[in-house]
Parts: sequence; structure tokens; C-alpha cells
Amino acid sequence: MSDVVTHLSYLAAATLFIFSLRWLNRPTTARRGVAAGIGGMALAIFGTLLHPEIVTFSWIALAAVAGIAVGVPLSRVPLTAVPQRTAISHAFGGLAAGLVGTAKYIVWLHDGELTSFRTGAIIVEILLGFLTFTGSLMAAGKLQEVIPTRPITYRGQNAVNFVLLGIAVLAGIALIADPTKAYLFPVVIALSLTFGVLLIIPIGGADMPTVISLLNSYAGLSAVAMGFVLENQLLIIAGALDGASGFILSVIMCRAMNRSFTNVLFGAFGQVQVASGSVEQRAMKSASAHDAADYLANATRVVIVPGYGMAVAQAQHRVREVFDTLTKRGIDVKFAIHPVAGRMPGHMNVLLAEADIPYSALLEMDEINPDMPQCDVCVVVGANDVVNPAARSDKGSPIYGMPIIDADKSRVVIAIKRSRNPGFAGIDNELFYAENTIMVFGDAKGVIAEIAAALKEEEQAAAA
Amino acid sequence: MNQDLVFSMLFALMLATFVGFAVIQNVSRLLHTPLMSLTNAISAIAVVGSILIAGEQKDTLTTVLGGVAVFASMTNIVSGFLITDRMLKMFKEKGPKS
Repeated sequence: MSDVVTHLSYLAAATLFIFSLRWLNRPTTARRGVAAGIGGMALAIFGTLLHPEIVTFSWIALAAVAGIAVGVPLSRVPLTAVPQRTAISHAFGGLAAGLVGTAKYIVWLHDGELTSFRTGAIIVEILLGFLTFTGSLMAAGKLQEVIPTRPITYRGQNAVNFVLLGIAVLAGIALIADPTKAYLFPVVIALSLTFGVLLIIPIGGADMPTVISLLNSYAGLSAVAMGFVLENQLLIIAGALDGASGFILSVIMCRAMNRSFTNVLFGAFGQVQVASGSVEQRAMKSASAHDAADYLANATRVVIVPGYGMAVAQAQHRVREVFDTLTKRGIDVKFAIHPVAGRMPGHMNVLLAEADIPYSALLEMDEINPDMPQCDVCVVVGANDVVNPAARSDKGSPIYGMPIIDADKSRVVIAIKRSRNPGFAGIDNELFYAENTIMVFGDAKGVIAEIAAALKEEEQAAAA
Repeated sequence: MNQDLVFSMLFALMLATFVGFAVIQNVSRLLHTPLMSLTNAISAIAVVGSILIAGEQKDTLTTVLGGVAVFASMTNIVSGFLITDRMLKMFKEKGPKS
């Protein structure tokens, strides 16, 4: 009887998970999606607790309480830290899969119930699980900048990685052939843990959106493998949904940078950039925040291109003030969001939404680009590579071919930048030397606040 | 190993992957960060396997492994759903009355 109830609750859980993701298609129904997800998870846990094999609940309860105690504060991190939190969460997902796989191997080895199929599924589960665990921890470390964000490379790196992975796979195959060769099991674990670290070391900070999405996919696939180990369809379905999501996001991120998966994983982007350092000192036109405010006040259409630098400077609330003032004057203000703006997919939208900017003003790169020639003033805040026209024209540039926001087609470009140094990726930006560009140097938050103040001053003067 | 079971699992995987692609492609690009934290929480379905291992208490080692797995999954469930909702609450169609 309890078996039927378990199956029914799993079936309902899988259905709710699908609805959960479906309702995420629009911001208006999205919160319903969270409710569906919570309902599905509650049903899944309920159904599992009915299993007759469970002899004691004390350990489960203790671990669950500890999980809640850590989970609640983790959900309250500042939104700039959401990518790190997400990476840690991938790590935990991988860890759970790896540990369950290991435990299952020990139990079945002891009971003599290891078949080749079971061993194979366990090997896939622990390979993916443990490499996701250490890989995601590395990614989180890079995002939190406790580990250098610059790619760390050495000669023969890819060869070393492939050999390691090859040995792990060979050990796995040997185990499948003879599941009782238990001494090989720790070898597979150790190699996948090591491989996870080595895989992320050569990847630079700019590639984090892709890497995070890819690790998301791996975490999902490790849950799928766990489903095959435990012969549980719910795990397979939920894992596949997660795997599909991570995969789609990685493809979107790769396209947005005009790069392939293999190039992100094995290309060590940073290397190319150092080589392209032929920077001659050219003149930039610099202006004050007051001048910038004048340009804005006289515009009809304004496009703001925010980059991660804006979030780092915590300037989004000041940007909102400028947005409000201009909108009140009847000036059309839109935000142009590049897919890789920020440190994970969609990051910039969340940061702007937090600053109370309505999502109807947030436009995708592809939506806004056709309108850029009609734009009077384009304000670039903390963005760099995503507006670099070299991506369109300079075949020698490392970012050549990457789709960009056509900021340079605006009548006037105001670029706010901390200093004259090249940005995060170390590539010189043509846009900053263009005829129609004026630079305002300074901390993004301070400059935007000055612009907002100047606009308000002018408004009061006009009213008086 | 029951062949029928293996194949029904493969069918489930195939269908769920297609459903996943179809559904996720329709997710608004605005919401890709919440999407990732929501799928994070959903893939913490690994909690099912973790509970079984921790609860069947075969021996101390597997119980500890299962317990840690329950902890990790539960952390993901709680933080994943909470932070997704927290982010989604911020998305407003129109700005605050100014």
C-alpha cells in the first residue's frame, strides 16, 4: 500500500517540477513556479520517508536540520554574490550524488549484489558527482576571488587532464568488468576529484557564466545517474530537467561569446589576450558628470548599457535615480542587456530588478541593436568587452566575432570608467577612442550620483 | 538486472530531456538567474537517494555518507527555493510610483 502512495507522490512530484519550470516563462507567473517546485519536493520527500527500508529517522532529521540551518543564510547573500552561491549549490549537488554512489557501492559490494549495470551507473554517478563537486568549489573560489581569477595554465595542461580522465575511465571500465575490484573505487573517486580542480584552473573569470551553466548541467546529469543506480524515475526526470537547463544556458553563453564548448574548456582564453597587448596611447575625450547630465537632459532616447562593474560599484540604485528623473521628463530610457553581462546567465536583470527598475525597460541585445542608430545618448556603465566594436571589425582581436551591443552607433556615447586601464579581459576598447564618445572617469557610483544630482538641480532651476 | 526496467528508465530520460528542452527554451531570458537557482533546488531531488541511504543504516560509514548527502541536498533545497523566490519578488512590470 505504502508503495503505491510513494509511486503516486513521485508521479505528482515530477509533474509539479515540469510545471515549475513552465511557469518561469513569464515574470508574472514565475513565483507560482517556485510554489510548484516546493510542492513537488515536499511530495518527493514524503513519498521517500514511507519507504519500508528506512529503519531510523534520527540521522535524517539531524542532517535535514543542519541543511536548513546552512541553507537559510545561504539564500540571503547579496545579489552580487548569487553566482558564488549557485556554484556552491552545484558543488553540494555533486557531493550528494558522489556520496550516495559511494555508499551504494559499499552496500552492494558487501551484499554481493553488484551487477555490471549497477557498477556502471555508479561509476558515471561518482565521476560526474565528484568532478562537479571540486569543479564548482573552484568556480565559487574564483567568483569570490579567493582563488586568482586569471587563468592558470602550464605546458601540456590539456594532455595531463585527458590522461587523468582517461585513467579514471579505464579504472571505471575495469570495475564494471569485475565489480569486486574494490581497490579501484577510491582511485576513480580521487581522479574525479582531481579532474574537477584541473578542469577549472585554466578558465578565466570572463568565462564563468558558461562554466557555471555547464556545471549546472553536470549536477543534473549526476542526479540522472543516481536515478539509474537507485532505479528511480523521479530522479531521472528531475535530473534531466536540470541537465537540459544547464545545457541550454551554456549554449546561450557560448553563442554570446562566439566560442565553442571545447574552446571555453580547453582554450585558456587569457593566453590570447596577453599577446594582443599592442596598445598605443591614443587620445580619449574626457568630460565631467555635469556635461554628461547636459547630454542626457537634451536627449529623447537614452540607452544604458550596464556591466558587472556597475554592480561591483553598487551603482544600480543611483542608476535608478537617473532612470526615474529622465523617465519623468518623458525621455525614453531603456537598458541593453548583453547575455554575458554579469557573472552568470541573467545576472544583470536580477541586479537591476533589485534596484526597482521595471523589467519592461530591460531589453535583450538582439531586441535593442536595431534601434541603436536612433539612440541619442548611450551610457556605458561598467561594461567593456560587450560594447567593443573591435568584435565586429578587427579580425586580430581575441573577441572578434562576439556579438556586441552596438553602443557606437548611438549619436553620443558616455562611457563611465574607473581608469584608463583596459578592462577585466585586458582588451583595449575601440569605443573609448571613438569620435562620438566622451569618457567620464571615476567610480561608477560616484559619477552616476553626480549625474543624478546635476539633473535634479537643473530641473529645479527650470521650475523656478 | 531487469531489462524492461532499464529501458523504461531510458525512455523516461529521453522524454524528460525533450520536455526539459521545450520548457526551458520558453523561459524568459530575464529570468535565467532564477531559473538556475530553481533547477538547482529541483536537482536536489538527490535528497531521495540520500534519505534512503541514511535511513537504512547498513553500517556506520554508509550512514555517515548518507547523512552528509541529506545535509547537502537539504541545503540546496532550502537555499535554492528561498533565493529564487527572493529574486522573483523583485521583478516588477512597472516602476515604483514616482
